[in-house]
Parts: sequence; C-alpha cells; structure tokens
Amino acid sequence: MTDTNEKAAPQEGAISDFGIDTTSRSTTEALKDYVAKVRGGDLGSLPALLGLLVLVLFFATQSDAFLTLANVANLFQQGAGIVIIAMGLVFVLLLGEIDLSAGTASGVAASMMALHYVRGGNMMLGMGDTVFYIFLVVIALAIVAAVLMRIWAGAVLAAGAAAIMLLGVPPNAWVEMLLAVCIGCAIGCLTGFLVSRVGIPSFVVTLALFLMWGGVILKLIGQGGTLPIRNDEVLFKVANGNLSTSLSWALFIVAAGGYTAVVLSRHFSRLRKGLVAQPTSLVLIKVAAVVVLAAAGTYLLTLNRAPNPTIVIEGVPYVVPIVLVLLTVGTTVLDRTKYGRHVYAVGGNAEAARRAGVNVPKIRMSVFVICSTVAAVGSIVLASKVGSVAPSSGGGNTLLFAVGAAVIGGTSLFGGKGRLRDAVIGGAVIAIIENGLGLLKQEAAVVSIVTGLVLLLAASVDALSRKRAAVS
Amino acid sequence: MSEPILELRGINKSFGPVHVLHDIDFSVRPGEVTALVGDNGAGKSTLVKCIAGIHGTDSGEVLFEDQPVNIHGPRDAAALGIEVVYQDLALCDNLDIVQNMFLGRERGKAGLLDEADMEQAARKTLASLSVRTVKSVRTPVSSLSGGQRQTVAIAKSVLWDSKVVLLDEPTAALGVAQTRQVLDLVRRLAEQGLGVVLISHNMNDVFEVADRIACLYLGRLAAELPAKDVTHGQVVELITAGRSGDLGIARPEAATI
Repeated sequence: MTDTNEKAAPQEGAISDFGIDTTSRSTTEALKDYVAKVRGGDLGSLPALLGLLVLVLFFATQSDAFLTLANVANLFQQGAGIVIIAMGLVFVLLLGEIDLSAGTASGVAASMMALHYVRGGNMMLGMGDTVFYIFLVVIALAIVAAVLMRIWAGAVLAAGAAAIMLLGVPPNAWVEMLLAVCIGCAIGCLTGFLVSRVGIPSFVVTLALFLMWGGVILKLIGQGGTLPIRNDEVLFKVANGNLSTSLSWALFIVAAGGYTAVVLSRHFSRLRKGLVAQPTSLVLIKVAAVVVLAAAGTYLLTLNRAPNPTIVIEGVPYVVPIVLVLLTVGTTVLDRTKYGRHVYAVGGNAEAARRAGVNVPKIRMSVFVICSTVAAVGSIVLASKVGSVAPSSGGGNTLLFAVGAAVIGGTSLFGGKGRLRDAVIGGAVIAIIENGLGLLKQEAAVVSIVTGLVLLLAASVDALSRKRAAVS
Repeated sequence: MSEPILELRGINKSFGPVHVLHDIDFSVRPGEVTALVGDNGAGKSTLVKCIAGIHGTDSGEVLFEDQPVNIHGPRDAAALGIEVVYQDLALCDNLDIVQNMFLGRERGKAGLLDEADMEQAARKTLASLSVRTVKSVRTPVSSLSGGQRQTVAIAKSVLWDSKVVLLDEPTAALGVAQTRQVLDLVRRLAEQGLGVVLISHNMNDVFEVADRIACLYLGRLAAELPAKDVTHGQVVELITAGRSGDLGIARPEAATI
C-alpha cells in the first residue's frame, strides 16, 4: 500500500474497506464463516448440544419411560437446582477463578431458610445464642467488606439478612427465600473479599470455606436431623409445582414474544445502521425454530401427565420460568452491560483491563457475590425438590456437578470464555445422565463414572480446541 | 517549533533503594514524534509508566497544556488525553476489536452498552488512520497478527480525542512489512496533531519517524535534540556512554571544576 493511494482514497472509500461489516452476508457465506469458526477452534456450546442429542437418542431407545411427559417434566425439576448453581459459577469461571464453596454456602442459605420456617421465625431460638451472635458478627463483616469494595448491592442484601434475623419476622415463604438469598450474598461478600482484597488464591479460600460451611450446616441442623419444609405450600411448590395451563401459555407468549421482539429489533436495527449482521433468512429461521420448539414444549407440558387417572398433573413446572428469568437477566448483564464486558476483559487479560481503567479487585469480588447469591437461589430449588434440608445439603456432588455442568456446556476453566446458556446445556447433560441411567436401573457407581467421563471429554474438547485456536 | 503540550520537570522516581529516574526534564510537542531512546534499564519504560499514572513519581512537576497536573492513575492520564500503547499490547484476546478499543470507556446509557455506536466509531477511527489490514472490526483479537494487534492498540489510543500518545516499542516484535505499517501509522498520528512519544531500540525506526530524539542514560536525560541535528553514530554514543562530543551529560571532571 503506497502513500499516494491512501491520500487518493476518500474517507468514505476507506470505510467501505470493512466491506465484510457493512453489508449483510448471504446465508451460505454465514454458514461458511461458522464452519471456519468451528474449525478454528471456537466451538462454543456445539459439543455439548451434540452430546445432549446423543444422550437423548440413546436413552430414548433404551428406556420406554425416558421420553414420557412425566419424566421430561421431572427432568426439568431435577436439573434446575444444579443448573442455577452452575449459572452463578459461570461468572466466577469467567475470571479463571473457582468457587469450591458454592455448594456448601448454598447449603447454609437453605438451612437458614428452613430454620426460619421450622422455628417460626425466631432465629435466636433456632440457632442458639452463641451461633446467632457469631452469625451476626460474620454478616457485619460481610457488610464491611462490601462497603469497603463499594459493592452496595452486596452490602444491602447482607444487611437484609441481619435485619430478618434480628426482627424475628413470622414465618413466610417469601421472607424465608429472601433470607436464603441474603445469606448467600453475605457469604459471597466474604469469599470475594478474601480473594480479591486479601489476595488468597480462590482455590484455597473456597476450599477452606467449603469445609467451614459444611460444618456450619451441621451445627445449624444438628447431627442426623432434617428440617422439613414440605408443609409450606409455596416452599414446596418451587420445585414441585406447575403453572396452570393458562399461565403456561402466558409464559410462552411473554418468553417467545420477548425473544422474537428482542432478536428481530436488534437484527433490523443493525441492518439499518449498516453494521455486521447475520443474514435475515438465518435469523428468521432461528427465531421460528425457537418459537415452534417453545410452543411444542408448552403444549406437551400442559397435557395431563399423571400416571394415576385419579389426579391431574399438568402445566409448565415453576422451575422453567425461574431458570428463564435468571438466564435472561444474567445474559443481559454479561452481554449488554459495561459490568459484563469488564468481567470478560478481566478474565481475558486482567492487566490489560487494569490499564484500561477497570476496577479489577471490585470485579473479582463481585463475581463471588453473584455466584453465592445465585447458588442460594439454586439451594432453594434443591431443598424444595427434596422437601427438606439435611446436613448433607449442598455437600457431596452438588458443587462438582455444577462446575461440571458449566464446563460441559463450554465454559473454560482458563477464564474469559463462556456463556450462561452453557450452564443450562451442561446442566441438562448431567441431569439426563443421572435420570436416564436411573431409569435403566444402573447403580450410583455407574452414574458417577459416566458423569466423570463426560466431564473429562468436555474438558478435553475445550483444551484441544484451545490448542487449535492457538495454532491457527 | 510549537509549545510543549506535556512537560515534565525534575521528575525523580525510586523503587526502594534503586533510583531509576534522576531529575528528568522532558517535553512532548503536538504534531511531533519525539523518540525516547536508551539502553535496557535506562528508565524509558518507567518514565512512560510515570506519565501514564501506573507509577507515582517521588518528586517533580508535570505540566499539561501549561497547567500543573497530578496524575494518580491511568484514569487521570486518560482524562487529560494521554494514552499509552504498551509493549505487551494490553489487549484482551477474548474480546473483539471494538470491545478492546472501548474497554474501560464503553459507550451507552445506564450501564447498558451501545454496540452500534461503538462499532461505527471504531470503524471510523480505523478508517481515518487508513488501516486496511483488518477485515472486520468484530474479529476477536486472538486471531489477529502481531502487526494487526499493534494497529488495534494504537487505534485504541486515538479513539479518545487524545492529545498525547506514548508508544512503548511498537515495532519490537514485528516483521518488516508490519513495521512499515506501524511506522506509517505513527507518522499519521503526528500529522493529525497529536504529540507522539516513540520508545524504540531500533535506530532506523527512530530516524525514519522522529522529529526530536530524547536520550536516557542510566536514569538521566542525556540529551534532547532535533533528529536532523544528530547522526546515527552520535545517538548510539549517547545511548551507550551518555555523551557524544559536546552533547550529553558533562564529563565528571568537567562537572567537578
């Protein structure tokens, strides 16, 4: 390129050099680009989707019960808890950090919720004086940590936990769920502060907290005890109830209509402004597919699926709108806000983000706050599914399944790469393995081995695609 | 010769017992490329980081457009219109070109991003710099070549109506053709009226684009001269010995008399 050429070219001409941006591509070109992208190592959630398809086909041929309506609805309810915890974890994983304590932290939140319900709102009586005061001190510390880092939402929610504990609000399902979320938030403030301000590696901090919160749950519930919550209609219905038929269709209209409106308005506004855009036909096909699938799903779930003719079970499970709301809010935050952009930037190159003026410690702390808060929501669903909270709540495989769900879906443990829908897809894979092998009367050993193998496969795909991307 | 836009007076900086910068006086003029040269460890990068607000200074004054200013962080420097393109690029591999160019200063209302606005602005900036090697502004940085990355990093610095751009060894890791592109870009920045500081080890690059040459020797400013008044050899002597004939730091015996 010579100087004369540059000077001769008017500015408009220079802009059109980004021709690939300014004109929309044809469908074949778009497909070609996609294939090139996949070959280049950017797989996204493609392997997980393929895996999902293979698993569904496999179990559908092996078990008659697998594709029955009752089982599919059951799958949603079984998988939702893990999926929600995994969505929170995606934020932490995006920074290349890990939160091993999300499981037991969510267990603490669930225990507090159940304790509030069982003890009639008197937390002091429920926890014993010493534990009660220690909890208040810990929450106060969490508030101080959040204020120091200027994470006001975290401080407010943590203060909410203290307020609910101190005020002795009479038992009410909504207050109890709020308490669980507030407790989760307070725990996240502490974890995040220790990682980002004190500077302890997240692995160590959350390993220590994983053990600690496990002990706290045991202390709150007592050895061998359980706190039943199935007698409260609202708490029990979170994971076991269904929307009425009309509300199911209302959900379909809001969700599918909202999706269509957002995708199409964005697409045509990009076209109008001459920005890089998918071909219209492809966008329309995508939207139509989603709407048709959602309509079919809604229709099938509003059919009576009770195995027993004397009762009626129909409607979309409550967990579906819960997951959808979290997914929509979370995806908007990650993709459309400054905060989300900064999360990706810190995960990609923390030093570059710092030099660009991003408050890296604050971002680092905030993801732990989000993770624990969302995990608390997940624990509400998990507790509701079982109908009680036991000392083992949130322990065992809960956290590892959630991390597994995020990774299987395509979230990278190296940070900077991943989306919330990965957690949903990965969570579906894990739920299907557990459910399908259960239907095939396989023992727990086989379930663990298969889940482990799938996770290993997902991690290998991530590592290999990274290698490929580095080579190309 | 125009008035300096950025002027440093008597800057000192120590890291613990190591005195890295001694009474540095340095100025940047709009529309000119000032090359900052010196051997490894002479303090070039430290000086740039002090200007950018990454490091604080121990003493000395910074004048920006004849006003004394205090730069306490990257944001302060950016607010004044001082941009730095670092040796290690400081781009996020997982973000695309637009996202990188607007990192830390995203446009939009109430926390929501205005992608369309940013994309158009990024494209306009790249076009105004006659950057044509980048196919799409939505390409992830991870798939760009070294020269393209450098181009993006430099374009990022001019997006902000910035007045001073500091380039830390922009051509160090580049091939011949890519070096060519980046040097053209550097010249174009000066033509647009920016004050450009170019740190480089490569004398050919320096003589090709620089209007003035400032030479650091062991943390002291040995000389600051118009590029046309010195020869290649003199600059090398200034870099390696701190003086060349009458130029540079006075001989110790001369100083004692």
